[in-house]
Amino acid sequence: MVDIPYEGIEGIPPAEVPDVELYHPRSWWTRYVFSQDAKVIAVQYSLTATAIGLVALVLSWLMRLQLGFPGTFSFIDANQYLQFITMHGMIMVIYLLTALFLGGFGNYLIPLMVGARDMVFPYVNMLSYWVYLLAVLVLASTFFVPGGPTGAGWTLYPPQAILSGTPGQDWGIVLMMSSLILFIIGFTMGGLNYVVTVLQARTRGMTLMRLPLTVWGIFTATVMALLAFPALFVASVMLLLDRLLGTSFFMPSLVEMGQLSKYGGGSPLLFQHLFWFFGHPEVYIVALPAFGIVSDLISTHARKNIFGYRMMVWAIVAIGALSFIVWAHHMYVSGMFPQFGYFFATTTLIIAIPTAIKVYNWVLTLWRGDIHLRVPMLFALGFIITFVNGGLTGLFLGNVVVDVPLSDTMFVVAHFHMVMGVAPIMVVLGAIYHWYPKVTGRMLNDTLGKFHFWVTFLGAYLIFFPMHYLGLLGVPRRYFELGDTSFIPSSAYSLNAFISVVALTVGFSQIVFLFNLAWSLFKGEASGGNPWRATTLEWQTPETPPGHGNWGKELPVVYRWAYDYSVPGAAEDFIPQNQPPRATQLVQGAAS
Amino acid sequence: MAVALILLLVAIGSVLFHIYSPWWWTPIATNWAYIDHTINITFWITGFVFVAVIAFMAYCVFRFHHKEGRRADYNPENKRLEWWLSVGTGVGVAAMLAPGLVVWHQFVTVPADATEVEVMGQQWQWSFRLPGKDGRLGTSDVRNIAPDNPMGLNRDDAHAQDDVVIENGDLHLQVGKPVKVLLRSVDVLHDFYVPEFRAKMDMVPGMVTYFWITPIRTGTFDVLCAELCGAAHYQMRAKVIVDEEREYHAWLEQQKTFAELSPARAVVKATYQSGGK
Repeated sequence: MVDIPYEGIEGIPPAEVPDVELYHPRSWWTRYVFSQDAKVIAVQYSLTATAIGLVALVLSWLMRLQLGFPGTFSFIDANQYLQFITMHGMIMVIYLLTALFLGGFGNYLIPLMVGARDMVFPYVNMLSYWVYLLAVLVLASTFFVPGGPTGAGWTLYPPQAILSGTPGQDWGIVLMMSSLILFIIGFTMGGLNYVVTVLQARTRGMTLMRLPLTVWGIFTATVMALLAFPALFVASVMLLLDRLLGTSFFMPSLVEMGQLSKYGGGSPLLFQHLFWFFGHPEVYIVALPAFGIVSDLISTHARKNIFGYRMMVWAIVAIGALSFIVWAHHMYVSGMFPQFGYFFATTTLIIAIPTAIKVYNWVLTLWRGDIHLRVPMLFALGFIITFVNGGLTGLFLGNVVVDVPLSDTMFVVAHFHMVMGVAPIMVVLGAIYHWYPKVTGRMLNDTLGKFHFWVTFLGAYLIFFPMHYLGLLGVPRRYFELGDTSFIPSSAYSLNAFISVVALTVGFSQIVFLFNLAWSLFKGEASGGNPWRATTLEWQTPETPPGHGNWGKELPVVYRWAYDYSVPGAAEDFIPQNQPPRATQLVQGAAS
Repeated sequence: MAVALILLLVAIGSVLFHIYSPWWWTPIATNWAYIDHTINITFWITGFVFVAVIAFMAYCVFRFHHKEGRRADYNPENKRLEWWLSVGTGVGVAAMLAPGLVVWHQFVTVPADATEVEVMGQQWQWSFRLPGKDGRLGTSDVRNIAPDNPMGLNRDDAHAQDDVVIENGDLHLQVGKPVKVLLRSVDVLHDFYVPEFRAKMDMVPGMVTYFWITPIRTGTFDVLCAELCGAAHYQMRAKVIVDEEREYHAWLEQQKTFAELSPARAVVKATYQSGGK
């Protein structure tokens, strides 16, 4: 922490890790495919998540074609539309964002940032990826099975999810549940690793309150995911039993296509409670890593310590804890016990306070900074705008009675895309521009990056900001066609067409980004080890990209917090975490 | 400084869009103007915060972007400032939450003089039921559903016999009379949604849910399903017509009761009972 006097520390002997602790690959297969190196696993996670994410992106184009130009595209029917929205939502939330933030960034950054050689359980870490890949393949296979993927909506609410009025009732829903179960098994193996690594494998001097906020965000999100995913796991198993064995966990007596079904005695609301007990923490499982990463991007590129570090840490922990007692705000109009409304509205709006503190501290970090408007910083600024916008509309939907007219409308779609779609993606993209040099040793092209940022940020804002007003008007979500109504004016159809055109443009502009990633891998400018002149440990590795075991012979020793930027009296405007006080004194002496 | 200007324009553009865009909520048709007021309060508070945060950020980018020789301040924390910002946020949150909870209390407290109507959802159509002369709805169960008893009313319940059953028709309500809308589904989740009413609630098989409204103006309003209910979710439509008292009663006179709609079954049942002796 800032208030620790360095003078008393006379040099700590560096810790040496005996060679036997690491698994050494002996062949190409164990080095690049069945690798136990967290850095390779991180790249595998990231590439797999991006690949399935691109599928979800294409699905969103198909949805927008239908919404913007209803009746024009005969190859999209009502059943397919529901399948598209379901798969788009599930892929984006779980298989892309969760996997990318925790499996991708978590694997790459945790060991490097805490000064470890690798994750604590490398073999389990490898298994985690392969089970995740299997989950993705099972999910993708639903596009090719009879009846296609499920069209139950990403929330998979029974009874309709497993009844014959919904597309994908045969195979789609069964494979979806199976894929989710696999994903959770895979995630649990990875997640236990991240938690134990952060708690047990930090290098000498790396106290918890010296951790970069990126690690705090990923760590807290992982703990939350380990507590939240089991709810989805049991819900998936029970729904699978209802579908396959005819049990009735979630199924009351009901009529299916005119016939009295064999079900009876179950509760559809029970599923919703289990789903959202997972589903709401899931929002923060995606958001907290983004919060952490963006803090480090802002601090590094504004050359200034993050403002209010301790408050930022406690805000992350408080948000993580509170997010477990707000889930029923997704169910205000579900028919649950009405008195719940008071409690869940209050807890939900209280979360706004630690969240607002984080926003204030991000913008206060900019105050009297030395702001380098490089691509990662631009994405961080884009994140703040979209996150503030999406967070504030959350105050509408969280405030129980305000939610009543707005729930199930396009307002909700606009809100959650802004807050947990666009905002985290801004951070993902900024983080890729930021850490790509460490992963590859080369810089991404700056001009292409700036073009990519402006098209993506302004485009995404133009898509989702006006969409709120469609919801305010009353346009319902998950509608294949709006049909004839007395309350939707023709101008709303024009707005829908506009949104679709922008969405397609933003989608296609990502080709520039993919090109940049591929081109820079071979032709990018060499970056050196620390191109952003950053303080955190991952930039201080002896090799770039970091070699197997990360640190050469000796582990780094940490002497200071992660945010010693522009320290008064120091010659450089950054002091790496592993720079001993005496070395800093020398620099100071040289400067004066 | 282009970046700062664009950031500022995003905030200003959003406010202008809010003021001048033609898309706004539908003219309200019930007593729930309180909900609209609460939304307006929320818009004012959140709009202020949105503009303030982005304007501050844009100013920082304008004023403190990198120039040769600039060096950032070293300013780890400021407890006083952080406390004041937290308290201010708390006040803003309370200003939105308090009216919200008060209106929610009204929303879940049904007035004693509210009459009951029932809306039943099934894939993919609406049915309606009004209490007959006795003023009470009879009991129902999905296991009673048959071609001549699509709403599954209980034939042994005397209160059910005079219930007015409307299948594939429109619902009429009387202006100025509070009504408790009981909601029921026989297959999957549905949601009875009339944008002009503001109120909505899911319909869950195995449960009876409700909301209450007092219609304040006459007119014809679209009923949509707001909870995904399968392939033809988007086609699940009906209309609600709010009438003056006279027109309402004229319409009510023309509707059939449960006993009138399926009298044949009553005869069969009587025969069965006598034959069993």
